Amino acid sequence: MKKLLFLLIGLFCGIGAFARQEAPIMDDTFRSSGKIYVVITIIAIIFIGLAFYLFSMDRRLRKIEKFEKN
Amino acid sequence: MAIIYKTWWKVLAVVLVLYTLIAGILMPVPAKYLLNETIRNLYFHVPMWMAMFSVFTISVIYSLKYLRYGKPEDDLVVVECVNTGMMFYVLGLLTGMLWAKYTWGEYWSGDPKQNSAAIAFLLYCAYLVLRNSMDEEQKRAKVSAIYNIFAFPIMIVLLFVLPRMTDSLHPGNGGNPGFNSYDLDKRMRFVLYPAFIGWSLIGVWIATLRYRMRIIEYKNESV
Repeated sequence: MKKLLFLLIGLFCGIGAFARQEAPIMDDTFRSSGKIYVVITIIAIIFIGLAFYLFSMDRRLRKIEKFEKN
Repeated sequence: MAIIYKTWWKVLAVVLVLYTLIAGILMPVPAKYLLNETIRNLYFHVPMWMAMFSVFTISVIYSLKYLRYGKPEDDLVVVECVNTGMMFYVLGLLTGMLWAKYTWGEYWSGDPKQNSAAIAFLLYCAYLVLRNSMDEEQKRAKVSAIYNIFAFPIMIVLLFVLPRMTDSLHPGNGGNPGFNSYDLDKRMRFVLYPAFIGWSLIGVWIATLRYRMRIIEYKNESV
């Protein structure tokens, strides 16, 4: 939700800047405050969790296949 | 098809996607009006389509294989590849709609690319419905293989050809510059191309897992 809010603020700032011929504003506050690393960690945790799930399914299937072969 | 039981390419897929998730958010990107930071969606929205495309390509190859050799296992590959591809298709549509909301103004603006994507989605839904309508195994496999072989080029035309021939907001279509003009400085390419490979491999992995489950069910049924 916070990410969305910052995104919206960043977008509106960008549109305003266009009128004054400035460069498009990118989101530096989130980054410089170090909070970006919180987002990264969360995303990484989610994805690593999913990867573990896929690996465990793979291992389970391998066990069943080995059992079926015998 | 011994490769589907190997582990190395699955680890590679996870590593590549993890890299793109982290680098996609941390590394600098070109500053563009209206897009601002959402340009980073490029690293996630487009690879969904690449994953769908790789998996659908495999399904067509195995459709042809089934028609040629008639092995029921090949038909199982086709259907599981399409199932996995559909999941990535939905993810691609949803991520695109969300991105469109904040850049084009609406979730669905009747844009030719969006409409074409919806039509091609229905095309593949029809494939699944077609399969369901037939109980007899060989007839189902044969008819659906032929349908799949036709559906694939139509999907390509709908997604990649038609939108370029008309007015479209989507980058790369309707006279808009593709994102190629944004990654001329190669900054984005370093994350985008690994993302393509990583997510495609993840897609193939999920398809192989589904296929392996199907094969076991199939073998148990025929016993």
